[in-house]
Amino acid sequence: MPPILWHSVFFFLLAALACAFAVAVVLAGNVVRMAFYLIMSLAAVAGLFFLAGAQFLGAMQLMVYVGGTLVLLAFGVMLTARGPLSSMRTGGGQWVLAALLGGALLAVLLQTVVQVGVRDGDSPAVAPPAEPQSPTSSTAQLGLGLLGVRSAPQVQVAAAPAPPPGYLLVFEIISVHLLVVLVGAAYLARAKRPRREEI
Amino acid sequence: MTQYSIHLLDAYPAWHWLVYLTIGLVQAGLLLALVMLSVAVYNWMERKVSARIQDRLGPTRTGGRFGWLQSPADGLKLLCKEDLMPAGADRMLFRLAPYISFCAAFTPYLALPFAPGWVVEPLETAVFFILAVAGLEIFGVILGGYASSSKWSLYGAMREAAQVVSYEIPLGLCVVIVVLAAGTMDLEQIAAAQQGWFWNWHMLSNPFLFGTFWIYMTCATAGTNRAPFDLPEAESELVAGFMTEYSGFRWSIFFMAEYTAMLLLSLLAAILFAGGWNGPIPVAGLLGLTSEHGPVAEWIGHCLGACNLICKGYLGVTFMMWLRWTLPRLRIDQVMATCLKYCVPLACAMLAGTMAWTFALRGGF
Repeated sequence: MPPILWHSVFFFLLAALACAFAVAVVLAGNVVRMAFYLIMSLAAVAGLFFLAGAQFLGAMQLMVYVGGTLVLLAFGVMLTARGPLSSMRTGGGQWVLAALLGGALLAVLLQTVVQVGVRDGDSPAVAPPAEPQSPTSSTAQLGLGLLGVRSAPQVQVAAAPAPPPGYLLVFEIISVHLLVVLVGAAYLARAKRPRREEI
Repeated sequence: MTQYSIHLLDAYPAWHWLVYLTIGLVQAGLLLALVMLSVAVYNWMERKVSARIQDRLGPTRTGGRFGWLQSPADGLKLLCKEDLMPAGADRMLFRLAPYISFCAAFTPYLALPFAPGWVVEPLETAVFFILAVAGLEIFGVILGGYASSSKWSLYGAMREAAQVVSYEIPLGLCVVIVVLAAGTMDLEQIAAAQQGWFWNWHMLSNPFLFGTFWIYMTCATAGTNRAPFDLPEAESELVAGFMTEYSGFRWSIFFMAEYTAMLLLSLLAAILFAGGWNGPIPVAGLLGLTSEHGPVAEWIGHCLGACNLICKGYLGVTFMMWLRWTLPRLRIDQVMATCLKYCVPLACAMLAGTMAWTFALRGGF
C-alpha cells in the first residue's frame, strides 16, 4: 500500500473548503452570515499558507484579514443594522458588474496558472515543504527585506552588479499613508465643539 | 514531541497512516485533557477563591469535604438543562458560535511548548500564531450575540468587539517587547534564553520587562472579558451580555472557552516573562536530569519542566480570579481610557526602554 500523501489530502480539503465558503458568501442573503462564510473562506486560505510552510503569511492572514478586517465588518453591520437580522439583496446590474469583474480576475489568474505549468515528475502532488532549517529564519529575512536589505543567495552567487533593492521605500510610503488615514479618522471622529467666534 | 513522531513514522512505514493518525489523536487528546481538567479545577477554584475573598466558605458538602465534586455536579446539571433558543434567532450561527469560541481558544495550544521539544507543532513564529488565532475567539462572541436577536446580547457583543479589538493593541505591543529582548519569535528559544536561576527570567532581568509583564496581565484580563473588564457580560446591566440567551451545554462551551483562553494567556505569560519551564531554582539541572545523563533522566527533567510551566499558568489564572473578586467593574469609558490612555502609552514607553536597555547591555553607548 503506497503511503498516503497527507500534504495533498489536506491541500484538497482546505482548497475545497475555501472555494465552498467563497461560493456561500455570494449566495447567502444575510449580511452576518456572509461575514461568517468569509471568515471560514479566509481561514481556509490561511490553512493553505500554513500547509505550504509560509507560517508568517498564514498568521498574518489570520490576524489582518480574519481578526482585523472582518471584526470591523461585523462591527459595522451591528452598528448600522436597522432590523434584528438584516439581509441584503442585489440587483441585476450589480450581478452583471460583479460577473464582469470576477471574470476578468479569473482570466488573469488562469493565465498565470497556465504559465506556471505542471511540475515535472509523475506525482501530481506538490512536494512537501522542506523543514525550515536555514540559519536566518524566514521572518528575519522578511524583516530585513522591509528595512532595505534583501538576501537573495542565487543573485550573489551569479556575481550580480548590485544587490537587489529591498522594500524600504514601499514600506515607508505605506506607513505614511496609514498614518494619514489614522489622523483623518481621528479628525472625523473628534468631539465637535462650537468655536468661540460662533457663540 | 516531533522527534518521537518522526522516529515512530520511520519505524513502521507500512502502517504510516495509522501511526500518523494515532500520534495526532494522542497529542490532541493530551492537550484536551489538560484543558478540560483545568476547566474543572477552575470551576471549583473560582467558587473557593471567591468565597475566601468574600469571607464565606463556598461549596463544602459536594463530595464530602472541600466540595471537590462540585465541578462534575455542575457539569451534570448543565447537561440536563433544557436547551433553549430564541424564536427569532439565526439558528445556524446561534448553534455554531460557542464552538467557534472554543476552537479559537484551544487551537493555539498546538504551538505552545511545554518543555524543550515538547510541542505539537514547532513554529518559527509561534508567538505570532498564538496571538493571531486567540484573537479569533471574539467571533464566537460577536456571532453568538448577534444571532440571539436579543438586545442584551447585541449590546454585549458590541462592547466585546470594541473592548477586545482595543486591547489587542497593547497586548501585541507587550509581546513585541519580549520578542525584541529575546531576538526571536520562537517560544522554545524565548524560554531557553531564560535558563537557570530565577534572576535569568525576562521579568526579573530587565526592569522594563517587569513593567511590561503587568501591562500584559492587565490586557490579558481585559482580553478574556474577566472582571473588572467583564462589560460584555455585565450582569447588573445586560443580564449576561452575549450569553443571555444561551443555556445548558452551549453555555458551558462558552464557559470552557473563557477558561481555556485564560489558561492560554497565563501559560504564554509564563513562557514570555517568567522563564517557561525553567523553575525559580534549576532543580532539573542540579539533580542532573539533563540529556548528558541519558534519555530517561532527560525525560524526567522535561516532565518537571512541564509541571513547572503548568503551575505558573495556574498561578496566573489564580491572579486573574483574585482580581475579579477584589476590584469593582469599570465603566465602558473607563475601560477604553485604561486601554488607550494608559496601557498603550506605557507599553510604548516600555518598548523604548527595552530598546535602550538591550542597546546599552550590548555595549552600544
